[in-house]
Amino acid sequence: MNEQSLHNSPEEAVEKTSRRKGKAGARPLESVMQLIFFICGFIAIAFVLVITIYLIISGLPAIREIGLVDFLFGTEWASTAEDPKFGILPMILTSIYGTAGAIVIGVPIGFLMAVFLSKVAPRRLANVIRPVVDLLAGIPSIVYGLVGLMVLVPFIRETFNTAAGESLLAAIVVLAIMILPSIISVSETALNAVPKEYEEASLALGATDIETYFRVSAPAAKSGIAAAVVLGVGRAIGEAMAIMMVAGNVANMPDLLSSVRFLTTGIAVELAYSSGLQRQALFSIGLVLFLFIMCINVILNVFLKRDKEG
Amino acid sequence: MTDKKETHLGLRDEAKGLSSSRRIYNMGMRTVIYISAIIVVALLIFLLGYILYRGLPNLSWGFLTSEESVVKDIQGIGPAILNTLYVIIATLIVVLPLGVGAAIYLTEYATNRKLVSAIEFATETLAGIPSIIYALVGVLVFAESLALGKTLIAGAFTLVIMVLPTVIRTTQESLKTVPQSYREGSLGLGSGKWHMIRTVVLPSSIDGIVTSCILAIGRIVGESAVLLYTVGMSMQMQDFFRNGLESFFSASGSTLSVALYVYAKVRADFDLAFSVAVVLIIITLVINLAANLAGKKLKRQ
Repeated sequence: MNEQSLHNSPEEAVEKTSRRKGKAGARPLESVMQLIFFICGFIAIAFVLVITIYLIISGLPAIREIGLVDFLFGTEWASTAEDPKFGILPMILTSIYGTAGAIVIGVPIGFLMAVFLSKVAPRRLANVIRPVVDLLAGIPSIVYGLVGLMVLVPFIRETFNTAAGESLLAAIVVLAIMILPSIISVSETALNAVPKEYEEASLALGATDIETYFRVSAPAAKSGIAAAVVLGVGRAIGEAMAIMMVAGNVANMPDLLSSVRFLTTGIAVELAYSSGLQRQALFSIGLVLFLFIMCINVILNVFLKRDKEG
Repeated sequence: MTDKKETHLGLRDEAKGLSSSRRIYNMGMRTVIYISAIIVVALLIFLLGYILYRGLPNLSWGFLTSEESVVKDIQGIGPAILNTLYVIIATLIVVLPLGVGAAIYLTEYATNRKLVSAIEFATETLAGIPSIIYALVGVLVFAESLALGKTLIAGAFTLVIMVLPTVIRTTQESLKTVPQSYREGSLGLGSGKWHMIRTVVLPSSIDGIVTSCILAIGRIVGESAVLLYTVGMSMQMQDFFRNGLESFFSASGSTLSVALYVYAKVRADFDLAFSVAVVLIIITLVINLAANLAGKKLKRQ
C-alpha cells in the first residue's frame, strides 16, 4: 500500500518542493522535525535489534556451557538439582504438541464458524455473534487460564481419574479456545473478501450453496485462511500465563494426561527466583522460542504478501 | 457484503434432483457447519455466563475502591486499578509520540523504499514476539541493565516496545486516508511540511490516533506476563506522588491482570479472581465498543 503512495506523482512533486525548501535552509525547524520523525521511524528497527542482540548475548553462554546437543536434545530438566540437568527437549516437544493440538481442534471449528458467520447465518444473528467473538478475542489470556483451572482441570481429573487434572490436554483445550476468536475473525474477513461473482457463477452452474462455500469461496480465500492458521500457531506457541495455570509445569516428556512444561512456561516458572547458570539457561530457552517465532513470522509474512498481491 | 444473501437461490438441495453422493456431501457439510456454530456459541455463552456467575456476587463498590487489609479483613483491588491506570498513562506518554512519529515518517517523509520495508518488517516482527520474551527483555534490559529494578517505569518501558507496532500500524492506516489534496492545498498555500502535518494531516487523522490509543490500552490491560516480572505483584496501595518523581520511579505493584494471577495461583482465592475477571471483561467490552465507534467514525471520513 505504501508503495502506491510512493509512486503517486503529486506526492513526489510535493516531496521535491519541500526538500528544495529544506535545502535552502529557510526553515531550520523543518529539517529538525524531519530528523525527529526519522528517528521515530528508525526506533522500531532499533528495538528489534536490541531484543535480538540481548537474547543472543544472554542466551549463548548457557548453551555453550551445557553444550548445544545436551541442551536441545537432553530429555531431563532439573535446574535446581545438585547435579543440574538442562535438557529442553521435553519443553520443545510439549510446545510443538500443544500447538499442534490446539490447531487441530481450533482451526476446523474456527473455519466452519467463519463460514457460518460469513455465508450461512442470517445477517442479524451474525451481527449478534460477531461482537461476542470480538469480546472473547480481547479478554486477557489469564482469564482463560482461570476458567480452565476451575472448570477443565477438575473435569479432566474426574473423567480420566488422574491424580491432578493439570495436563497437556487441559492446556491444548485452553489454547484452542484462546485462538478460536482470532481464527474466526481472520477467516471471516478472508471469506467476505471473495468476489461475489465467483459464488454467483458457481451457483449458476448448478452447484449448491454448500458446494459453493467449500469448493469456490474457501479455495479463493485460502491464503487468508492460511494466514489465520499461522496467526493461531503464533499465538498458541507464545502463550505463557494461561497455560501456566493449567499445565502443571513439571518438565515431563509430553503425554496427554501428564503434567507438562512448555517453552514459555519454562521461562515463566523460574524467571522470578533463578540465578546463575539456571537463569542463563532461561535466556537460552528464550532464544530458542524467539527463533521459533521468527520462523513463524516469516511464513506469516509470505502468506500476507501473497494475499495482498492476489 | 451488503446483499450477499441474494446469491442464495433459496432452493433446498433436495429440490434440485442431486445425485445421492452430492446430497450426502451437502447434508454432511451443512451439519458440521451447524455443529461448529453451536459449539462456538455454547462456548461463548458458557464462558461469559460462568465468569459472571462466579464473579458478580463478590463485586461491590468497596471491593473496587478499597485497599486490602488483613487486620480489617477487607479485600480490595483499588490499588490494582490505580496501578493499571498508571501503567497505561506512563506507557502511552512514551509510545504515542514514538508511534505516531514513526507512522508520520513512513507515510509523509520516507522516500527510500528499502528503509520503509525494513521498518515495516521490524514492526511486524515486534507484533509477533510473544509477551514472555518481552518479559525476559524487560527484566534484562530495563530492570537490570538500566538498573530500574522492579518498577512501574521498567514495566511501562517494556510495554512501550510491545504496543509500538499497534500504534504505528493503526496511525499509518488513518494517515493514508487523509486525501492527498489536503496536503497539496496546504503546501500550495506556502506552508512548510511540518506545519502542513501539524495543522492538516494530524487533525484529520485524529480518529485513527485515538483508535490506536484504545487498542494499546486493550493490550496493556490484558498483559500479565511482562508486568508480573517487571512491575511485581504487590497488592498494597502505592503512593506514587508523595516524594514527587522519586517514588514514581521506585514504586511497584500489580495491575488487574496480575492481581487475578495472584488471587488464583498464589492465594487460591478463586471467587475474588473471578471478580477481577468480571472487571477485566467489562473493561474489554468498553474498549471494544470505543474502538468500534472510533473505527466507524474513521470509515465515514
